[in-house]
Amino acid sequence: MNNTHLEALAQQERARQEQYRCRIFCCASTACLSAGAGQILNGLQQAVAVFQSDGHETEVVKTGCMGLCSRGPLVRVEKKGEAPLLYGEVTPEIAQQIVAWHVTMTDSEEISPSQGEERAAAPHDFVHLRATLRHAAQKRDLEHHLIPLDSPFFTKQMRVVMRETGHIDPEKLEDYLAHGGYQALAKVLSEMTPEQVCDEILRSGLRGRGGAGYPTGQKWHFAREQQAPQKYVIANGDEGDPGAYMDRTVMEDNPHRVLEGMIIAAYAVGASYGYLYIRGEYTIAVQRIHQAIRAARRRGILGKSVLDTGFSFDADVRIGAGAFVCGEETALMHSIEGKRGVPRIRPPYPTTSGLWGAPTVINNVETLANVPSIILNGADWFASLGTEQSKGTKVFALTGQLRHTGLIEVPMGISLREIVYDIGGGIQGNRAFKAAQTGGPSGGCIPAEHLDTPVDYENLTALGSIMGSGGLVIIDDTTRMPDFARFFIDFCVDESCGKCVPCRVGTVQIRSLLDKIISGQGTPEDLDKLEKLCMIVKATSLCGLGQSAPNPVLSTLRFFRHEYEALIKQGETAQVSAG
Amino acid sequence: MMTPKDISPAQDERYKALDRTIKRFDYHQDALLEVLNTAQEMFGYLPQEVLRYISRQLRVPMSRVYGVATFYHMFTFEPLGEHNCIVCAGTACHVKGADRIIQTLSEAFSIQPGTTTPGGVFSLTVTRCLGCCGLAPVVVLDGEVHGKETPEGLLARLSEIVASVHAVPQEERAK
Repeated sequence: MNNTHLEALAQQERARQEQYRCRIFCCASTACLSAGAGQILNGLQQAVAVFQSDGHETEVVKTGCMGLCSRGPLVRVEKKGEAPLLYGEVTPEIAQQIVAWHVTMTDSEEISPSQGEERAAAPHDFVHLRATLRHAAQKRDLEHHLIPLDSPFFTKQMRVVMRETGHIDPEKLEDYLAHGGYQALAKVLSEMTPEQVCDEILRSGLRGRGGAGYPTGQKWHFAREQQAPQKYVIANGDEGDPGAYMDRTVMEDNPHRVLEGMIIAAYAVGASYGYLYIRGEYTIAVQRIHQAIRAARRRGILGKSVLDTGFSFDADVRIGAGAFVCGEETALMHSIEGKRGVPRIRPPYPTTSGLWGAPTVINNVETLANVPSIILNGADWFASLGTEQSKGTKVFALTGQLRHTGLIEVPMGISLREIVYDIGGGIQGNRAFKAAQTGGPSGGCIPAEHLDTPVDYENLTALGSIMGSGGLVIIDDTTRMPDFARFFIDFCVDESCGKCVPCRVGTVQIRSLLDKIISGQGTPEDLDKLEKLCMIVKATSLCGLGQSAPNPVLSTLRFFRHEYEALIKQGETAQVSAG
Repeated sequence: MMTPKDISPAQDERYKALDRTIKRFDYHQDALLEVLNTAQEMFGYLPQEVLRYISRQLRVPMSRVYGVATFYHMFTFEPLGEHNCIVCAGTACHVKGADRIIQTLSEAFSIQPGTTTPGGVFSLTVTRCLGCCGLAPVVVLDGEVHGKETPEGLLARLSEIVASVHAVPQEERAK
């Protein structure tokens, strides 16, 4: 299949979608499914079948994340010539009302039942359902479930990576094509040399979204320059950071975008095989990526001679088995090789000697998902978004004590205040904002006085935190910072692979010092010792896990030292009065 | 319940699934992790016999099989209880009180997280982030995800489920 065929398929799908007067989108992402979206989806489909007269009026589409996970399950109604409407906390009854209200629109007496299979299969159910729907249409208390789409939660966002997410059926290649999918791949294969692709990505300023922020184009150039019979591309979807689910959503809700970015990367560096390494807990993501790979193979997008161009590339999935350290690139490669996921010293970097010794490019899935947009819209467009050093957008999993939590994509450089108060709607229960934790166990806590800091790689690093993969947990004044730091250190103790001493022993010692302080046994010297130990672990650990493990402690010591001191003082007073 | 010991690999569906994975990777040693994943999925845990079987089939020393299996958190070496409650202890859930849920359950059933009550009725598992942070705190009860949990509500439901089988948590406590 070549590009003309793809375009024809896209046209066909667009025409098919055009015929529907009304399209109802139901979020089937993990968060909404957990809130009962599966039942809602079935209910919508059943109800639509009842009211459909010719089968072309309404379509129910199973889509990916619409963002506002805390209000799930979410359902969006798009009718021709009308503004889209979003409903939250949809119950089976509300789902029926949505259909009754939006699909019928006519007087309930005039409703003409469909000749659909449902009716033939279960005439009794049909009569019953129709009666319920009529009743539901009369109630019309849908307004309480309406979520205004012009609220800052949506208007302050900018979707690049998640452009199609929530608008397409992730299990349907044609839907992605209809939204311009694989056009970037076609352009790259027909108009650009590998070197030009690397240049374009470099010029765009795209940096790794996995945490470290290394320039992607640079990495590709290094791998491209290597002379080797075999090279690999790896998509890193081992999102182990607790409180973060950006990568999962990208893989689950738009697997083809990741795949497209990956094929482009492979073309740019000259790789013929790729692996998508996905965290084992993400069963839906694994299923959908598998399915996307199969569909792409069927259409000649993967395999020998991609889009009839002579360039060959195929990919497979590898499932991680629950080890945080495997997010580190050398550990991840060991894991793909079927070994214990321990990191090794770099250099050599994977671009020189990676998987089975071959030059390998490892990119985070969000990084790869940015690539098609950069190719289609140009490096200049991408470089115009964001700040001086950090271009484009970033997807964050916005969680914690906020009114609205969910998955957001914002331009780099947006202030934390905008994220917390405009998008997040402020702190729940009218409590006070205390800190924003970014970067998970490798990151730090940013206090209220820095709320106006523009969010980008450099600023977050300057504040002792990191961009990380995109977990953004907002905490209020009910959380004690030493406890919070201990939570992360505890995580690192568990997840330390044990290869190097500073991380294996250091994190345990940090935890015992914290325990001593939290239990009121600490002395002022312990605080100094804690700080010194953190610096040693940071400076001498082998990989990123150990080097960043002390960050949660260091950043809370920096901004919330008084809380540690208060604990020590309390302990001393208690001991004096007891003695 | 039959243990893997009682069944010869040739007639066991679970071993057949294992063989399929091994064949798919052409008996390649690098497929160890994939094979272990299949084993965990099929058996629910990794019994010694199964590890030995994998070691033989892939021609990988048992020490390496064991080394890899113990490195990754998703592999377990004890069978789970009849009922299983996974409590998410990711950051968002932690901030919203997951530790209180864990504490309540371990006290009520007198078990540590990661263990099973005597008699194999109930297992309490703690995991790092299920990725439904918007619904924090989250638990998975017998495969079903529940969001915005409270310790009290969860305990009430759990006690009911566990009591409805045969063992009562109070009995466990009395022991």
